[in-house]
Amino acid sequence: MAHNRDGRCLSLGLMLMLGAVLMFGANAALAGAPKRGGILTYMIPADGGPSLDGHRETTFAVLHATAPFYSVLIRVNPDNPSSTTDFQCDLCTEMPQPTDNGLTYRFKIRKGVKFHDGSPLTAQDVAASWNKIVHPQPGVASARESNFVMVDSITAPDDETVVFKLKFATLTFVPALADPYAYIYSKKKLDQDMHWYEKNIMGSGPFKLTEYQVGQSIKGERNPDYYHPGQPYLDGFVAIFAPKQSVRTDAIRADRAALEFRSLPPSARDQLVRELHDKITVQESDWNCGNVVTPNHQKKPFDDVRVRQALFLAIDQWKGAQALSKIAIIKTVGGIVFPGSPLAATKEELQKLIGYGPDIEAARAEARRLLREAGQEHLEFELLNRNVDQPYKIVGTWLVDEWSKVGLKVSQKVVPTGPWLDAMRSGDFTVALEANCQNVVNPIADVGRWLPHDVQRENYGFFSDPEMVEIHDRMLRETDVDKARILMRKFETRINQQAHQLMVTYWYRIVPMRSYVKGWKISPSHYLNQDLANIWLDK
Amino acid sequence: MYRYIIKRVLLVIPTLIGAAALVFVLMRLIPGDVCVVRLGSSGGTFDPKAIALCHAELGMDRPLVVQFIDFVWGIMRFDFGTSMWSGNPVTTEIWARLPISLEIAILATVIAIAIAIPLGAVSAVKQNTWIDLVVRLFAVGGTATPSFWLGLVSLLIVLNVTSAVFGTPWMPPIEYVPIWQDPIHNLSMALLPAVTVGYRYAAVSMRMTRSAMLEVMQEDYIRTARAKGLINKLIINRHALKNALLPVVTLIGIEFAFLIGGLVVTEQVFNLNGVGRLFVQAVQNQDYTLTQALVMLTVIIFVISNLLVDLLYAWLDPRIRYA
Repeated sequence: MAHNRDGRCLSLGLMLMLGAVLMFGANAALAGAPKRGGILTYMIPADGGPSLDGHRETTFAVLHATAPFYSVLIRVNPDNPSSTTDFQCDLCTEMPQPTDNGLTYRFKIRKGVKFHDGSPLTAQDVAASWNKIVHPQPGVASARESNFVMVDSITAPDDETVVFKLKFATLTFVPALADPYAYIYSKKKLDQDMHWYEKNIMGSGPFKLTEYQVGQSIKGERNPDYYHPGQPYLDGFVAIFAPKQSVRTDAIRADRAALEFRSLPPSARDQLVRELHDKITVQESDWNCGNVVTPNHQKKPFDDVRVRQALFLAIDQWKGAQALSKIAIIKTVGGIVFPGSPLAATKEELQKLIGYGPDIEAARAEARRLLREAGQEHLEFELLNRNVDQPYKIVGTWLVDEWSKVGLKVSQKVVPTGPWLDAMRSGDFTVALEANCQNVVNPIADVGRWLPHDVQRENYGFFSDPEMVEIHDRMLRETDVDKARILMRKFETRINQQAHQLMVTYWYRIVPMRSYVKGWKISPSHYLNQDLANIWLDK
Repeated sequence: MYRYIIKRVLLVIPTLIGAAALVFVLMRLIPGDVCVVRLGSSGGTFDPKAIALCHAELGMDRPLVVQFIDFVWGIMRFDFGTSMWSGNPVTTEIWARLPISLEIAILATVIAIAIAIPLGAVSAVKQNTWIDLVVRLFAVGGTATPSFWLGLVSLLIVLNVTSAVFGTPWMPPIEYVPIWQDPIHNLSMALLPAVTVGYRYAAVSMRMTRSAMLEVMQEDYIRTARAKGLINKLIINRHALKNALLPVVTLIGIEFAFLIGGLVVTEQVFNLNGVGRLFVQAVQNQDYTLTQALVMLTVIIFVISNLLVDLLYAWLDPRIRYA
């Protein structure tokens, strides 16, 4: 009993301390003008990315290492990155109003911008870069080409204007354009060799490359010709690849590095706060990433909608998210749309869906009834999971326990990333725990991953659902937010009623940093706001 | 002697080809491939066209036999290809990591030898005394303690002690700088991992030294030396220890070769960008070319260190002749 009381006191104390540190951090960030100078050392929680070309890669390791060297056309507002609708110009002079019934976007490009080699950056470079992303030449890979199905052509009629012509007007275009990987490259370099940027860095961003040591670190120094007045504040930065979490926590503790920008689990945050007090500031945010339960519709008995519904009904997301948030990077319950978006379901709307009900006992009774009706009350199956602790294995273990409460016997098969992806792609699984992780919150584009396998080849549910395709197609062409929201609810309800897949608990970003790091604001994605231009050191 | 060396070097060729064939087949038995990991591991959506393009770029759409012939032909020309993950030549990838792994291996070996041989010898000479007991306890501790655990604990101790003493926690640097650029930075990074690895290494070598010494001390020539009236120090140093070192040298050779690519977890714990970490990374990313090259490197290091150990034998025991 005494032990429990002590434990509660400790938790309360820790929460108060954390609250104080968070408040301190928030107040300190607001106070004072940015100071110039200093070198920021941060860690990238990975072993180094594949190539250096943001257009072709998908891993954050590439972005965290290279974003400070590049400019983009538009971006999420770095001073308000938690907003899902606040976009602003980077290389353009002002956000354009679409003309031609929403089919034409004409961007004016800043004058006097220079690449790091001193050559001028013009609209020709912007158009060439975007054409590489949207309409890649044969033999050139573009990881996010499919996000731009609406784009018909990209041209630069003169050195200061870039024109995007769309095939249809859509709400997804502007957020898609704010893709943080959409670096602006030199047309001259691209004309010489379309693959040049895979092994070289040369942009027009706030920092110039000084050194890149494969798998070890990347360093940059201030670009004196940077076009945002006064920025960057830092003299330079050092980014060190550090895949092991204990190293990263220790390094922040010993001030070998100031922070990492992805996320640390709650235990690491609590440890750092406990040990460093006011020397640590924590920023936290809901994350545009989450886990997804995917039953393989081609495998019996998961071809039966009743069995799939029972799977979802058995899960107590509300209580689960609350409990798991103490040990894992998890917090908020949400539907298929990121909870911070205007297109997301409200709590009341969510609670009407299967797997989100407020009365878990009633839901589990219904799950048992459905399993009995389907003749599957003693069902045994294997959950395919990825060999990653945070949060895959934790969520997987929780799910196994939740399913046991309706009589299901579930074992967990945890495999490395390659075999995990291969099993899902080949359909060699019964139920899988996968992830959905996006960068800019772009709900209509983001939910494209839920489309049936015959449309979205990387949907591993292996189901067909023409109704979903039809709703999504209408949504994609809708330009009114309210109408798009109604369609989104229809789309979400359809996925849910058919129990195709279930989003289970959104991830939660926890970024503890040395308190002298100022100016950076957390966003709902570890891909955003990473050019370091607004960061300064209060040392 | 030279004929022996040439024969040994030539034997490396079939060993390498055998290892190459084995790793080629084993790597491809793992489900998935580098393109899928590269595009799918971040949890976002990706275009299946990009996978097909990636396969074509890396030549993975060709028949396996063609890929194998290409690989073996490359080895024969000392061309190990480019990393499927990074696109860099594998020699660049390995060369970037070799110095730190080599440095840790050398430092750990020096620490191990400096501890193992004197303590092993003393333990044998003072058999069944309290000194022997302490040394054996130290050795058992070393063999029973995984070096990665010791690494984690030693880091925590350093952090906590420096925090308590100086008020600010300190830990070794996490970024490698070559010793000729900044010796203090370099050694403060390398010393702790070398000690944690060297402790286990020393423990194993110490046990071997002790048992070899005990065996040698029973030999007739030791008894003869005593009968001749030689002083104990001379008997131990000149007659016993030198002869007892043969199995210890073999062990040190094998351990050293292992350390070059085998510090998988220790390199992770101390954030050392070494060959061991690269090995894990290559396997995780299913980077066939890099894994194959790393296996080749490990085989070569083992073969060379075994060869050097064999040559050392002749110096230690003049009765051994390779002609």
